[in-house]
Amino acid sequence: MTGSLEAAAQLVAELPPAAAVWCSGLRKRYRRQTAVDDVSFTVRRGEVVGLLGPNGAGKTTAIKILLGLVRPDAGEVLLLGRPVTDPNARARVGYLPELFRYQPWLSAAEVLDLHVKLSGAAVPAGERRDCLALVGLADRAGDRVGGFSKGMQQRLGLAVALVARPELVVLDEPTSALDPLGRADVRDLLLTLRERDVAVLLNSHLIGEVERVCDRVVILDKGRVAASGTLEELLGQQEVRLRLSALGPDALSRIAALGRSSRDGDVHTVLLPPDAPADAVPDLVADLVALGVRVHAVEPGRISLEERLLDILRGETE
Amino acid sequence: MTLSTVRIIAGLTLKEAARRKVLRSLAVLTAVLLGLSAWGFWRLDIEFGTLTSGESRLAASQVLNLVMFGLSLIAALGTAFLAGPTVSGEVESGVALAMMTRPVRRSAVLAGKWLGLVTFGAGYIVLTGLAQFLIVKATLGYWPPHPIAGLLLLAAQTAVLLTLGLLLSTAIAPMASGIIAVGLFGATWIAGVVGAVGEELHNESVAQVGTVSRMILPTDGLWRGAMHAFQDPAAVQFAATFGASPFLSMVPTPVAYVGWAAVWTALILALAALSFQRRDL
Repeated sequence: MTGSLEAAAQLVAELPPAAAVWCSGLRKRYRRQTAVDDVSFTVRRGEVVGLLGPNGAGKTTAIKILLGLVRPDAGEVLLLGRPVTDPNARARVGYLPELFRYQPWLSAAEVLDLHVKLSGAAVPAGERRDCLALVGLADRAGDRVGGFSKGMQQRLGLAVALVARPELVVLDEPTSALDPLGRADVRDLLLTLRERDVAVLLNSHLIGEVERVCDRVVILDKGRVAASGTLEELLGQQEVRLRLSALGPDALSRIAALGRSSRDGDVHTVLLPPDAPADAVPDLVADLVALGVRVHAVEPGRISLEERLLDILRGETE
Repeated sequence: MTLSTVRIIAGLTLKEAARRKVLRSLAVLTAVLLGLSAWGFWRLDIEFGTLTSGESRLAASQVLNLVMFGLSLIAALGTAFLAGPTVSGEVESGVALAMMTRPVRRSAVLAGKWLGLVTFGAGYIVLTGLAQFLIVKATLGYWPPHPIAGLLLLAAQTAVLLTLGLLLSTAIAPMASGIIAVGLFGATWIAGVVGAVGEELHNESVAQVGTVSRMILPTDGLWRGAMHAFQDPAAVQFAATFGASPFLSMVPTPVAYVGWAAVWTALILALAALSFQRRDL
């Protein structure tokens, strides 16, 4: 009996840690408006996941449901392995809301102290100062938040999200009030978090930002998950642009054999199929040269996340 | 964890009250009221120098109740306007968002706010009330018969009103909840006066107005108990002969009524916790 119990304990201990976020069948209606409809996705430990979608797609509502701020009409959420209805599920979670405001009558350092106390984590004063320094507020620690600009308040919000040693950080539009320099800082910060194995759920309009830092993307549209997957999965198709002259019909059929192609003057764009072999492009160039074609330029092209997002969203509307 | 949340939020609420403009306006209003009353009591002493000691005690206790009413009004307004915006204001501004995603129960946050506000209101009542007693003692030589019990009843009145303000603030817009709480407070006071007139005229249905309103919102009942603790015992006999006044309480507050006020407060606080729990932030 004890043996089987120990075996069970062993089994549980050896299980991989629960996902940072697991949600299933989330649904939320506000009167007649369906904000979130049957949304399910997972953020694994140490993974950076981007949440994308047009305005009103339900991204912020979905985030608020995940954090227990909004009660879903249906569905389940586990944060770091615990149901979100248990407040302790949020002990290791940091959150920067889209609407970021902190007590204007407290100083920046006091806001951090408050959040550390509420989180129940033991974070020494030095580490709190480092956290303010990380977001560029080291010299404003003693100033009242009421006198901060929007950008500074957002930086403070980032510090609040990061101060209590989170294992999951949820950032809702973290760069909306930041200048280009601040945006670059946030990007570096996200990469640091990924190195430290902190899971991040990032909602951002800046697709370039998402493309650069995210491992996976979940695209929401009209409250539903329109697509999700790794960047490779979503952007699977690659293209190659060739500037060619002295083309014969054999060369044209050789190009067509590789994939769907289009022509603009002497520039041919070939869409590579997802299962194309790794040396499909060099083979093509070699064959074209053998057929007497003059090759002036070969440029690899990649469908951007933006184009793909627009494709998906337009596909949804059609 | 829950208890420490209550403690942290109570401390935060006190810090907020101390740092925001409410405290400064409260301090100015109180200083004005105390200054005016000191001047008034001093004039009273000169004008009514011919009064017998019994008469002057009677006058002093009446005017003291009048001034204490002013103080309780300031405390009620101050705490209602602190309590009113606290939840809804923080939800509207977004301050609540980051805080409520910490591992805290909403009921614990609400309880912390309540505790902080009650401490603030009670502290204010006790300090300014004692200052007022000292002024009356120095000018007219009058000292109320039950100062501590009276101040505790006044503090309880403040607690009742701010609990109502807190409930309203979980459901409606920031300023509206403060205004409604103060409006109800005023209406109950007027209903209490109407009820007293009914008693005077031996008109039971009019007297009922006061009794019912005192059960629905226990502010006026507690205030009447406080008045009774502050006034000269002779005042009741005097009133029996010459008629009542809104600043005279004929009977002390029964212990059962204080118990009802406590139950009422607990019920409203539980309702507020439920309403906050169900609210989408």
